[in-house]
Amino acid sequence: MSMTSARIVVPKTAKRGEVVEIKTLIKHPMETGYRRDHRGQPIPRHIIQRFVATYNGEEVFSADLTQGVAANPYLAFSLLVEESGEITFTWTDDLGSTHSEKAEITVT
Amino acid sequence: MSRPEGEGLTRRQVAAGVAAITLVPLAPGSRAAVAGDQISTALEKITGGVPVTDGRVKLEISSLAENGFSVPLTVSVDSPMTADDHVKAIHILSEKNPVAEVVKFNLSPRMGRAKVSTSIRMADTQRVLAVAEMSDGSFWSDEAHVIVTLSACIDGG
Repeated sequence: MSMTSARIVVPKTAKRGEVVEIKTLIKHPMETGYRRDHRGQPIPRHIIQRFVATYNGEEVFSADLTQGVAANPYLAFSLLVEESGEITFTWTDDLGSTHSEKAEITVT
Repeated sequence: MSRPEGEGLTRRQVAAGVAAITLVPLAPGSRAAVAGDQISTALEKITGGVPVTDGRVKLEISSLAENGFSVPLTVSVDSPMTADDHVKAIHILSEKNPVAEVVKFNLSPRMGRAKVSTSIRMADTQRVLAVAEMSDGSFWSDEAHVIVTLSACIDGG
């Protein structure tokens, strides 16, 4: 599928109780379903519908997307860092394919 | 200069928006009300009729977008983000896009701060509304008016 690469920005370290900003970007056309190809045939909709972020296994943030979100969806959000651990990111498109990324954050 | 992809998409979105407006049977001269109705309908579905108060939400979006293909926005909500008092969701609603609710963010107290960002498509110059759904069941909002220009369309070169 076209969900092949994603970029995430997560600080490597944070103080306990610090709120950090997390930025994510995934390569995806977010094809609206309103366009036609050069033969006049409708191009089917193909969008990421769901984004989920977890922190040590617990869902902390998610988003439900439509074709109104720009291509290569950018999502940024905050996270309250309480302990060292793993943050996971999962994108799911309307064809059922998913892409996942992980990041580690260490409390100093 | 040409931007074939962005230009084509935006034109179709504009066309779809215009078609949607003209299909709604309403008294002549009430176009503004009709155009705004897409937001009202979406709001009704989200709130179930609970009143939405202006405030506590800050929607940051450019008032002038050169190209509606990708318009960055940031929403922050005044909330302590504790287990007892936090933002549950933020909805971004558009007045003239083919789909009224552009994106829904689901928040949790583990975020520490109610602040999210993304980039959206805009079919036309229009109002954008950010609605925050609180853990106490109340709704708060902020709105912006964004002028979308398509300078590439009038470029004769």
